[in-house]
Amino acid sequence: MTSNPGGTWPHAPGFIEGDRPRIVTSRFEYEDSYTLQRYLATDGYSGLRAALGRPATEVHDEVKNATVLGRGGAGFPAGNKWGLTPQGVWPRYLVVNGDESEPGTYKDRLLMERDPHQLIEGCLIACYAAGLSQCFLYVRGEMALAQERIATALNEAYAAGYVGKNILGSKFSVDIVLHWGAGAYVVGEETALIESLEGNRGMPRLKPPYFPAAIGLYGQPTIVNNVETLANLPWLLRNGAEAYTAIGTATSPGTRMVAVSGHVKRPGVYEIINGITTFRDLLYGEEFCQGIRNGNELKAFVPGGGSAPWFTPDQLDLPFEASQVGPAGSMLGSGAIMVMDSTTDIPRAALTLTRFYAHESCGKCTPCREGGTWLERILSRVVDGKGTDADLDQMFEVGESICPGAFPHASNEKLGITAVPFPYRMNTICFVGPSAYAPVHSALTLFREEFEARVTKRTLIPVTAVAQ
Amino acid sequence: MTTIDTNTEAAEMPERDPNAVSITINGRTVEAQKGDLIIAAADAADEFIPRFCYHPRMSPVGMCRQCLVEVEGPRGPMMVVSCMTPVAEGQIVRTDTPQVKRAQEGMIELLLANHPLDCPVCDKGGECPLQDQAFSHGAGESRFVEEKRHYEKPIAISELVFLDRERCILCDRCTRFADEVAGDPLISFTQRGNNTQVMTFPDEPFASYFSGNVVQICPVGALTAQPYRFKARPWDLEQRESTCTTCSVGCRTVVQSSRDELLRYQGVDSDPVNWGWLCDRGRFNFQSVNSEDRLESPQVKSGDSFETTSWSAALDTISRTIRHATPGSVAILGGARGTNEDAFMWAQLADAMGVTMRDAQLDDGLPASIFNYSQATIDAACKAATVILLAPDLKEELPVLHIRLRDAAEKKKIRIIEISACETGLTKHAWRSVRAESGTSVTAVQQLMADPVVAAQIASGSVVVVAGRANLAEGAEHTMAAVDAVIAAVPTASVLPALRRGNVRGALTLGLAPQNGNDAVSILEASANGHVECLILLGADPMNDVADADLARRGIAGARFVVAIDTFLTQSAAHADIVLPASAYGEKDGTTMNLEGRVTNVVQKITPRGTSRADWMIAAELGFLLGHDTDVTTLADVQKLMAKKVAGFGTTTTAVAVKRDGVVVSIPTPTRTAFAAPTIAARNSYEFRVDVSRKLYDRAVGTITSPALVNLAPGASVTIHPLDLERVGAAEGANVRVSNNHSSIVLPVRSNEKVPRGTAVVPFNQPGADIRELVRHGDSVVDVRIESM
Repeated sequence: MTSNPGGTWPHAPGFIEGDRPRIVTSRFEYEDSYTLQRYLATDGYSGLRAALGRPATEVHDEVKNATVLGRGGAGFPAGNKWGLTPQGVWPRYLVVNGDESEPGTYKDRLLMERDPHQLIEGCLIACYAAGLSQCFLYVRGEMALAQERIATALNEAYAAGYVGKNILGSKFSVDIVLHWGAGAYVVGEETALIESLEGNRGMPRLKPPYFPAAIGLYGQPTIVNNVETLANLPWLLRNGAEAYTAIGTATSPGTRMVAVSGHVKRPGVYEIINGITTFRDLLYGEEFCQGIRNGNELKAFVPGGGSAPWFTPDQLDLPFEASQVGPAGSMLGSGAIMVMDSTTDIPRAALTLTRFYAHESCGKCTPCREGGTWLERILSRVVDGKGTDADLDQMFEVGESICPGAFPHASNEKLGITAVPFPYRMNTICFVGPSAYAPVHSALTLFREEFEARVTKRTLIPVTAVAQ
Repeated sequence: MTTIDTNTEAAEMPERDPNAVSITINGRTVEAQKGDLIIAAADAADEFIPRFCYHPRMSPVGMCRQCLVEVEGPRGPMMVVSCMTPVAEGQIVRTDTPQVKRAQEGMIELLLANHPLDCPVCDKGGECPLQDQAFSHGAGESRFVEEKRHYEKPIAISELVFLDRERCILCDRCTRFADEVAGDPLISFTQRGNNTQVMTFPDEPFASYFSGNVVQICPVGALTAQPYRFKARPWDLEQRESTCTTCSVGCRTVVQSSRDELLRYQGVDSDPVNWGWLCDRGRFNFQSVNSEDRLESPQVKSGDSFETTSWSAALDTISRTIRHATPGSVAILGGARGTNEDAFMWAQLADAMGVTMRDAQLDDGLPASIFNYSQATIDAACKAATVILLAPDLKEELPVLHIRLRDAAEKKKIRIIEISACETGLTKHAWRSVRAESGTSVTAVQQLMADPVVAAQIASGSVVVVAGRANLAEGAEHTMAAVDAVIAAVPTASVLPALRRGNVRGALTLGLAPQNGNDAVSILEASANGHVECLILLGADPMNDVADADLARRGIAGARFVVAIDTFLTQSAAHADIVLPASAYGEKDGTTMNLEGRVTNVVQKITPRGTSRADWMIAAELGFLLGHDTDVTTLADVQKLMAKKVAGFGTTTTAVAVKRDGVVVSIPTPTRTAFAAPTIAARNSYEFRVDVSRKLYDRAVGTITSPALVNLAPGASVTIHPLDLERVGAAEGANVRVSNNHSSIVLPVRSNEKVPRGTAVVPFNQPGADIRELVRHGDSVVDVRIESM
């Protein structure tokens, strides 16, 4: 962890002097962080009040100037996204993507469970700034506590006049509708989420149109934002874009939440500084994960959710900065770091991830539906010791049908390979298919010897040797 | 100066279509239209891009990913799906690079991974896009060594269609068709990922009138049709392109046979007509042609039964009967089931014999003067601003016309105004749909036209009236007067006559229309009164088809001598003195005319059954025997004679008719007289006004002799509003007595909120008690009492 670059930041009680800034997790220390009472006692809804006191365009510009990057995975600036809606088409909607289901990711869940009012306030600010008339809050079906807390918080907010007609006595009115998902990974993809919200099968829509901003929910202009993105807005409006951009780097300002799981001493969700904190800070820092369990060696880690290509210790000094992680061959994605120490069975780890994506394929396009399952089946044979060396190359062949051309991977000094930068090219409609291939590809590229140790060497009898 | 330069340039260069886009495919410059997809532009330029899910008549979904091509982009060549990417000016497309080839081979391998290799026993084998493209665009071998997916195979998803989920490649064609084109979203994807499968909803079969189309468009053998399963291999089939004459839409088909037996009809894409779709009745009634019950030789009545006789003996008897008959006592009913040539030759014979009693309809359509209004085509209706429906439920009577209008309404190209007694298949696509009890449609039209919102809509563009006989228990004069009421309000409106029988328009315009008002009703009435000495039934079955059952019985019984020319021994033919076997569809060449007046050809594919003959041959032969020789020995002779005698039906017409889209002819028709709507006495509030309407499947001869279709008829019943059912005091499905002054029948009763209060809907010509017993042609409307038993 580097030092505290901006000096002091506004914070909640419980803040330790010299600690990292906390924009979205400032209330996590409180037992009753999810209540309206606590929220109001800690500057709650003052960001909304500040926003309503200014013209909507000014609020929009404030968010644009702060370059709040989308925290869902793609990292598209929220302010710019809001600007994509066509003029003069009404109604237009805000859809909050609370269907956090990327393996290893659980930051949005905590934001919804521990600070639901912050999210609601963020939604209201976004609606005000982007001129949206209704907000749909889509919460993943499995998150029972988050659903309960959000529902309670929304009732409180309605009763207190923060949501509904003429909010805080202004002319601004917004309704927030809650929707519980039915449990499908692909619904995290924004167009699939919209389909699900409309009551259809959760399948990604066809592109173009590439963004739902033009044609989204019920055919109307729709902004889809991640929970964490919106949770940043109350702080931003309270403290201004300048204070926000003072944190982090110019291209990635502010903080972001990361969820660390796996073989570290202290797994959990941490708010780190964008572009400054490095993976080494996170995994070994005292205020974060405090190193690998049992003093083991780090073998590999997934830097951005189960669908990201893997990193090895070679990449530990990279900061949380998309413009550096991308060329290094992976992505920051949803901010989930999965750590594997030296005891990890790499083929089995890859199988676990690939099985997930094969299972979660919606079945719409061929490469994902057939290719994902094929990969899973080869891999499970290999893990069971029933594979042959031909199977290893076959996995690359299947991958080539899902993602043509060179697939991104990290560099490795020991193996003498250089990085292939992100992103990949794909034959699929959405990212689920490539996600099934990413763990296989990384594991096979970086740890091929572990696979070769598992498979039977097969010598083919040349055709010419067979008696005619 | 600049202006002058531009002008000179404009003068020299022909003006470029503002929607034209030029793109490069594999180095060749190709012209396309703005909005075209790359795959469509490539098709037009004869550059084949392999595909499974793409179908030009359905919205693209980009699911199979087989049509990947490379498009030059700002960051180098990009792989895109050509069925989802529209063309853009200057676009550079390559379909032949190693990258594209690798992607195509990869998709084929993935699709084949779980596809069973049962091609040798698969109905699709030989005409299978997956098989063909695996050869043309596949790598040649599969590296998939895992066990394939297994499902129970096949399962019946309806009476007609079987589904083999193992073969399915999940291209979404059938499910898209059911939802988008047919409007019967009864099949859908269930499960997900690698277990995704097409399935019906629990306890709801895929009972769509259009289910056969999904079999035709399935790119693998996952969907098979019960009537064709295991009947032939595609390479054994021979085919000729023809036109379906089951109803008057005139869908383009191919007729396929093997071993001189009809085995399958497939839809052919005729842009102005059927877009490649067929209804199940038209698709599967080829079984009727193969039926064992077909008449094979002339029959002569001897006592109560028939004896086989020779053609010469039979025709001799008929000609003697006609020659000795009192002048003006010969009548001809029917002719709408045959070809134009059949109708023309019989009309020639009728003219020569001085027969004035002739009618190609059996009081089940509209007067022939409906053709005298300004005529619209199907395309014109689908491009009009407003379409006014004064017609039966098109989904039941003219299913493919229903598909076309539904499509136009869904795509917001047209607005439909519907005036009908109860809800129809198009009601939910209508802009306005008003309920008009039988006998009140004229008032309903007048009220609608007075509505300023409706008037504004009508004034917004062209208007097409689709006019047909919606209710067989209501006089045709009501529909005609309602059409007149529309025309009075919108003189520029044109009419698309929705008459149902296959070649009814051809028969009526080529000389079998009633003369001097002697329509089928008055002919049968005259016959009942003993004024008909020879009644010739030209593929007509009045006992089954005339709405007034009593009149039909009396008419047939009253004729001194009845000649039936038919493919089957129908109910009426059983009362004939002489029955002549006629060649059926697929057994004779000729032309037919659809409801627009479009002439297309029908073809002979198999040998006529037994000694059966085409109707025109029988007319020519009989004419010769009667001394009215037309010197006709071949079909070409008939067509030459037609070209000479029928204005508007020139030689070009028959030459063009063999082309896919045929030609719309304009033949002068009798001038029309104004129709006045008779004033109808108010319905007694204890009674129900009867709506006798057709279902797609009924006791029509082509349906009951097709084993696949015979059991699909819903059966006779009476349907009333649920509150009326309560008032009647009967339980759903219980038998009720339906009666009026004429007769009384017992029918099961059903309730449906789509039926307005006071109306009783009884389907026509269904197995069970016959509503026709309560219908009299003199009654302009039919009111009945319904009592629980």
